[in-house]
Amino acid sequence: MSFDSRALRRQFPLFTRQPALHYLDNAATAQLPQVVLDALIAHETGRRANVARGAYPLAEEATEAYALARERVRRFLNAASVAEVVFTSGTTASINFFAHGFGARLGAGDEILVSEAEHHSNFVPWQQLAERSGARLRLLPLAADGRIDAARIEQFVSARLKLVAITHCSNVTGALTDLAAVVRAAHAVGARVMVDGAQAAQHGAPDVQALGVDAYAFSGHKCFGPNAIGVLWVRAELLETLPPVFAGGGMVGHVSLAKTTYAEPPARFEAGTPPIAQAVGLGAALEWMASLCWPEIRAHEERLGRCLLDALAAMPDVRILGPREMRERLPIVAFAVDGVHPHDLTQVLGDYGVCLRGGHHCAQPLHAAFGLEASARASLALYNDDADIDALLAGLDRARTMLR
Amino acid sequence: MSAAELYQAALKSLAQEASGHGRLDAPGGRALADNPLCGDRVEMEVSLAEGRIAALAHRVQGCLLCRASASAIGRRAPGATPEEVERIAGALQAMLEGSPPPGWDSSWDELAAFAPAQAYRSRHGCVLLPFRALLEALRAARAGVDDGHMSGREQ
Repeated sequence: MSFDSRALRRQFPLFTRQPALHYLDNAATAQLPQVVLDALIAHETGRRANVARGAYPLAEEATEAYALARERVRRFLNAASVAEVVFTSGTTASINFFAHGFGARLGAGDEILVSEAEHHSNFVPWQQLAERSGARLRLLPLAADGRIDAARIEQFVSARLKLVAITHCSNVTGALTDLAAVVRAAHAVGARVMVDGAQAAQHGAPDVQALGVDAYAFSGHKCFGPNAIGVLWVRAELLETLPPVFAGGGMVGHVSLAKTTYAEPPARFEAGTPPIAQAVGLGAALEWMASLCWPEIRAHEERLGRCLLDALAAMPDVRILGPREMRERLPIVAFAVDGVHPHDLTQVLGDYGVCLRGGHHCAQPLHAAFGLEASARASLALYNDDADIDALLAGLDRARTMLR
Repeated sequence: MSAAELYQAALKSLAQEASGHGRLDAPGGRALADNPLCGDRVEMEVSLAEGRIAALAHRVQGCLLCRASASAIGRRAPGATPEEVERIAGALQAMLEGSPPPGWDSSWDELAAFAPAQAYRSRHGCVLLPFRALLEALRAARAGVDDGHMSGREQ
């Protein structure tokens, strides 16, 4: 039986309430399935208490639920241990966290390598780290088709290189990074690899052990989970050596007037009351994702992505940013229309129920590399279908007429 | 409110006219203003003479609303005092936020074209960006700080 995106769509209350909506801004945030909403409500109405604090049954249940959420993240990532999973507020927080923890050991003479394709959240923290530590920030350039030119990484590898911070998938071009080449080159000189998985995680579970990376960050809200929850996964042997970034309750071993010792990971990195219900919701979202047939979903997303790319490529006034082949990308498609500003375009499309993002998508260096200030972006998820693509293409025609 | 009402002919022709587009040879003040949400950017140059705007020029990388707003400035701001510009910018912002002062568009009637933008909060910044740049350039001109470098605030 072929993949039924309509059946999947019915699990999302937003689409039941707004059946005419063509939501194509999934790279910004994905919608919530009912099962996640149910998990959130069940937790907040039946198990709401602080975690790792109280001995009464309600607190025990909350602590169990929080621990189960961490185990679900571990399974999603195929991580070796739950101790490697740190909950944060999102990918941005995860990367900043790692930049401060790992960055504490960097200084003048060290090098950090990022790419021109990074989201600001995986660029600015490293730019700031370079400024405060004296380390040198280097940039892996783009290939002609807009992909990160991982083949050139050898030119940037030396004993000075301490970290490569790179996206798994561009939030603009949808291009996938050749992480195997990056990991191979970085590890050959003892450098670490931290991956921004904000976009990739929505399109199938990343196997951090198979990828061979040292740290991986992603957000709950892009994986059909709640806002304000994210994950920083760090390989245990590295995480154990990192200093705490935030200090406070819950992250200590013992506190005296003279000295504080710290808890073991992951508690060492989760000062204060964590986002408990959000973690529970994320756990539910990841379990829901795990229940789906991913080969079918990937085939569905690839087919839709190819339809969109082919249709846009046939328009002489449209420029697609990034590679044309779906084997090199995920269904995140940014494009520019001659004489039509993306902000105006997406405003008009919105009138027809087509939700696209217009702007620089927090990737100004990448847009500068393309000679643009902004683009329009359609980002597809598993619940999108042909009607969404048709509505977008029809809306493009209307927008041209209205805006020129 | 619909996009068709927003992108009416008056707004599009104002943007296409691009009144004031260009550069000044010897500006008294310059400013660069960015819209952090979408990357729109306005560079504004002004010269003052006897307390009034003697000349201005702008260069805009932005949407239709931003370009139309800059064009309205290009049409109307020469000859105005900085205080008048400040008053009009304030009235325009108040209109977008739903509280237009009486007769807010009586001096610069082009600004009526932006009334449909009231319904779109995320677009208010597009309309106001050229005014932010102009006010900053005027401050720089009055302070006499132009030294050939951008004096505006990047946000």
